[in-house]
Amino acid sequence: MTDSLSQFSVLALYSSMAVYAISFILFTLDLAGIGTAKYKLVSFGLSLTWVGFALQAAATVMRGIAAGRVPWANMYEFALTGTLMIVLVFLIVNLKWNITFLGSFITGFALLFLGLAATNYYVEVVPLPPALQSYWLVIHVFVATLGTGFFALGFALSLAQVLQERRERAVTAAEAKRWAWLSRFPDSVVLENYAYRLIIVGFVLWTFTLIAGAIWAEKAWGRYWGWDVKEVWTFIIWTIYAGYLHARSTRGWRGTRSAVLAMIGFASVIFNFTVVNIFFKGLHAYSGLK
Amino acid sequence: MSLQSSSTTVTNPSLGFVGWLRWFWRQLTSMRTALLLLLLLAIAAIPGSLVPQRAADPNGVTQYFANNEELAPVLDAFQLFDVYSSAWFSAIYLLLFVSLIGCVVPRVKYHWDALRSDPPRTPANLNRLPAQTEFESTDAPEVVIENAHALLKRQGYRAVRYDSAVAGKNRLTVSAERGYVRETGNLLFHGALVGVLIAVGFGGGFGFAGQRVIYEGQAFTNTLLAYDSFNPGRWFSASTLTPYTVTLDSFTTVYEEQNQNAIGQPTDYTANVTTQLKGEEPTQAVIKVNEPLRFGDTDIYLLGNGYAPQITVRDADGGVVFRDTIPFLPQDTNLTSVGVVKLPDGLPEQLGLVGFFYPTVSEGHSGAYFSMYPDLIDPLLSFNVWKGDLGLNEGVPRSVYALDTTSMTKLTGQKTALDSLELRPGETVDLPEGLGSVTFDGVKKFVSLDIHNDPAQGWVLVFALLSLGSLLFSLFIPRRRLWVAVSPSGTTGSIVQIAALARGDDATLGDRVRELSDEMRKPSKT
Ligand code: HEM
Repeated sequence: MTDSLSQFSVLALYSSMAVYAISFILFTLDLAGIGTAKYKLVSFGLSLTWVGFALQAAATVMRGIAAGRVPWANMYEFALTGTLMIVLVFLIVNLKWNITFLGSFITGFALLFLGLAATNYYVEVVPLPPALQSYWLVIHVFVATLGTGFFALGFALSLAQVLQERRERAVTAAEAKRWAWLSRFPDSVVLENYAYRLIIVGFVLWTFTLIAGAIWAEKAWGRYWGWDVKEVWTFIIWTIYAGYLHARSTRGWRGTRSAVLAMIGFASVIFNFTVVNIFFKGLHAYSGLK
Repeated sequence: MSLQSSSTTVTNPSLGFVGWLRWFWRQLTSMRTALLLLLLLAIAAIPGSLVPQRAADPNGVTQYFANNEELAPVLDAFQLFDVYSSAWFSAIYLLLFVSLIGCVVPRVKYHWDALRSDPPRTPANLNRLPAQTEFESTDAPEVVIENAHALLKRQGYRAVRYDSAVAGKNRLTVSAERGYVRETGNLLFHGALVGVLIAVGFGGGFGFAGQRVIYEGQAFTNTLLAYDSFNPGRWFSASTLTPYTVTLDSFTTVYEEQNQNAIGQPTDYTANVTTQLKGEEPTQAVIKVNEPLRFGDTDIYLLGNGYAPQITVRDADGGVVFRDTIPFLPQDTNLTSVGVVKLPDGLPEQLGLVGFFYPTVSEGHSGAYFSMYPDLIDPLLSFNVWKGDLGLNEGVPRSVYALDTTSMTKLTGQKTALDSLELRPGETVDLPEGLGSVTFDGVKKFVSLDIHNDPAQGWVLVFALLSLGSLLFSLFIPRRRLWVAVSPSGTTGSIVQIAALARGDDATLGDRVRELSDEMRKPSKT
């Protein structure tokens, strides 16, 4: 039962990756200017992203049922739930603001990460070690992955903002043709505003993650803060984003510079998830990889 | 006046010094410095994740020194094995917090005044503001402005009337402001961070952390001497230790037996203990990995466990010279464990026994034993016997888990004529050279307990939650000023101007102006 369920989960995951791949192509073709009024590539791409999301959600839920716990207790499962959250935040935010121009980035990112997870991080379902048997696993890790979702969108918007700002300067300098695909994006001020409004949500979630992690560490390891490598990187990420928020109020740092900080922040999130989890030695040895 | 000031600057260098200090203070408390210090702090935290740290991983540091003989002392000189207590890391965060306080205190004063005063006068020219709109109304100016005033108050604005006459025409205005709590939240947030820092320092200074290993049936008495290791804070006083005992009644481990991918993986550790405060009745309690025991002003954590064989050694005549239960340190996930028995007295020569314990023994291809399962299914204890000087009389502290063999000779095991001693529970074997015998009486489990006291831990949490709560206000409550100005139009009508200014980030400013104008243009419901 458990075995077949986790096999179904893998099947659903591969299906979702196939669907994301198609929507990635559609979004990208649209950015390249292929879409026309007649063939609405973007709306096709968006519908398929919802389908991919549903399949991935099914894969994640089945994995959780097979394991008899929340599906975020090792690298493979963190990657599964983490990308699910990124896609979810994208889809939900897209209901409010039209950000389909990020479709390529989001589906491409999900595809890449799920591919990495399926080939490099996959482990069979095993029971939780005593240190992870806590409701804080449910809260702390879930909020961290949700925060990651907001930071991911903040990254994409900040990157777009930086490129758009260059383009705007080029356009005023009358090199109008440069980077035509960016003409499908809003102007840089709007991008900056979107990025900011998502990153502050991510920052609040990250602050919560930090505090919840400390509460859990106190229970499981006997101290609320011990500069374990994972704690160090969570702190570094928090500090970078605090820097981002300050930069937006510091003369000369608004615009490109603060956007670069937001990008470094998300790069650190990814670093924390991949390199720190696998190669750094610490108490957070829960990747499940040997 | 000018004469005086120029003469003082020339002749009095101390003013220059004060001026310089002022300049320095202004720099330190500027937004740019705060930003740079924050980024510097992030960068400075990185090396501690690349190099093992004494506080978190002392064995890692020892190993690093062994593997990098040349590099390690250089890194050590830069305090890279103690990054988070190093002079340079401390300097950065202390400067950051000085900057924070210097930045926040004047803002508190300013905000306090703002909270108790009316919104500022309406600017003469509203056209220059980032968001504004204009419309005409058929109502009289006084009616329009009173409606606007009431409407803004209902929407939670602090609103006051300012009227003036411009070019002979009456200009009636309302100046309104809302979202003061954004700044309140921001100030509270920064203040709470200072609270976190102080509480962390206070707790570390007055608290302690100690470790103690006890086996089943053994009691621990909370006194300094009873700890295996003890790290007091700077201002800790031993008289604050609450007198109590904790006895380990039993320790159970559950191993996975069904899941083929995880056979032998532990899924539960439970320590059943009896606790007793001095002069009170004993009570039963349970300690688990995620469920520490809060008892006698301390927190008691279950952080490790293993096997402790019970061993009896007799001399050649059968007299007991040693009987004890010795915790063996686990070496792998199947709990192959290593321990040492030291026999300084009672035998003709000092003996040291280096023991290996296999809870479920199996033999590898090379003939070496290993444990294939962590539970006690087929336990075996083996000993190598060493004869000579244990080195206990030199006044050097010796680890109970290691044998210093520099002045000892090996009598059994590899590279000797005799095989290692091998015992199953209940068995007795003779020591070599007719020295006596060893009996393996049985096995108990031991737990390694961490016992902490952090008097300020609760305050750290309170300040952390306060900073999180106030952050919500600081980030999500928009602060803005709104102005409505009404001038007469024709004989009875009015021209209405609305404008707004955000303080801090507010992307919805334009929408708010539009909404207010829509509200005001609705036919009044009277
Ligand atoms: C431990 C160091 C610090 C941390 C972690 C920190 C964190 C933050 C965060 C997260 C915000 C965003 C909240 C908001 O935008 O309202 C913020 C805002 C702010 N911080 Fe800090 N801060 C620190 C030190 C300082 C210092 C030293 C100063 C003064 C030089 C300062 C001045 C400000 C100001 C003026 C804002 C408001 C910016 C705005 O209204 O957009 N902070 N800080």
